[in-house]
Amino acid sequence: MKARIIVTPKKTVLDPQGKAVEQAIHHLGMECVKNTRIGKFIEMDIEGENLDLTRKKLDQVCKDLLSNPVIEDYRLELEK
Amino acid sequence: MKFGILQFPGSNCDQDCFYAIRNVLKEEVVYLWHKEADLQEADVVVVPGGFSYGDYLRCGAIARFSPVMGEVKKFAASGGLVLGICNGFQILTEAGLLPGALLRNRSLKFICREVCLRVEHPLTPFTLHYHKGEVIRIPIAHGEGNYFAEPDVIAELKKNRQIVFKYTDAEGRETPEANPNGAMENIAGICNKAGNVLGMMPHPERASESILGSADGLKMFQSVVYWLKINRAGQTPSAPVRSAEINLAAV
Repeated sequence: MKARIIVTPKKTVLDPQGKAVEQAIHHLGMECVKNTRIGKFIEMDIEGENLDLTRKKLDQVCKDLLSNPVIEDYRLELEK
Repeated sequence: MKFGILQFPGSNCDQDCFYAIRNVLKEEVVYLWHKEADLQEADVVVVPGGFSYGDYLRCGAIARFSPVMGEVKKFAASGGLVLGICNGFQILTEAGLLPGALLRNRSLKFICREVCLRVEHPLTPFTLHYHKGEVIRIPIAHGEGNYFAEPDVIAELKKNRQIVFKYTDAEGRETPEANPNGAMENIAGICNKAGNVLGMMPHPERASESILGSADGLKMFQSVVYWLKINRAGQTPSAPVRSAEINLAAV
């Protein structure tokens, strides 16, 4: 199985990194770019066949370790 | 009194804390290796600054799963004193021992300089030797010290008097200019509801004697020793802040 996890700062959290990068994009001439948020992309291979069980376990790992629910949201994609 | 200083791979203020406690404060102190689930009967646990696990993923995110942290959680739950400094503060928030989180500094820069702090709450075991509103000088050295919590959490912190230190100017004014990292409400340090766990971004161990530029941080360690002494003199170990307040009224 392959898992991809995308972690982004919550909407309520200020993202100075995203702001700085957005400004640079504006300098490059794309002033139409808005709401740039910088997060993390995590991908992994997982041994086993049980998609549902793996999803359940990995979801917990996302909550406990890969993201901090106080400041981040995550999206988990899992496929065989 | 016995202080225990946690050591993670990447801790780098452990020796500064050790020096401040042994040579300046003159109390017993031991290192507690992160892989040992044993606090060696320490009376106080210090979670020092540094870059535990290289700050990978998020500051403090991996350290919180170290074997020693399970013991620290139990120790804190039973009223034991836990002091988290800088990366230690980050670890305590990640471990859920303190609310909120520490974000990248507003400027995106690592900041290493002395700042002024106002003591908001002198009735914690860590701040007994300060006065309310006293302005102290203690250095900061961090890239992720921007304290964040949801508005309802901030309201709780205020209601329960959990905000212990705020960034201010030298006159004690809470201005945006005096806020080095963009922390909400100029928060530099908070404690848990019971008052026995304190986390702060500034480094009191780096302000433990005048040759370092300031000795204002020493009082924190002295407060802890004083609190333990009065607490041992027949007070209940639960609800530390409250019992500290009662004791103070009697002193």
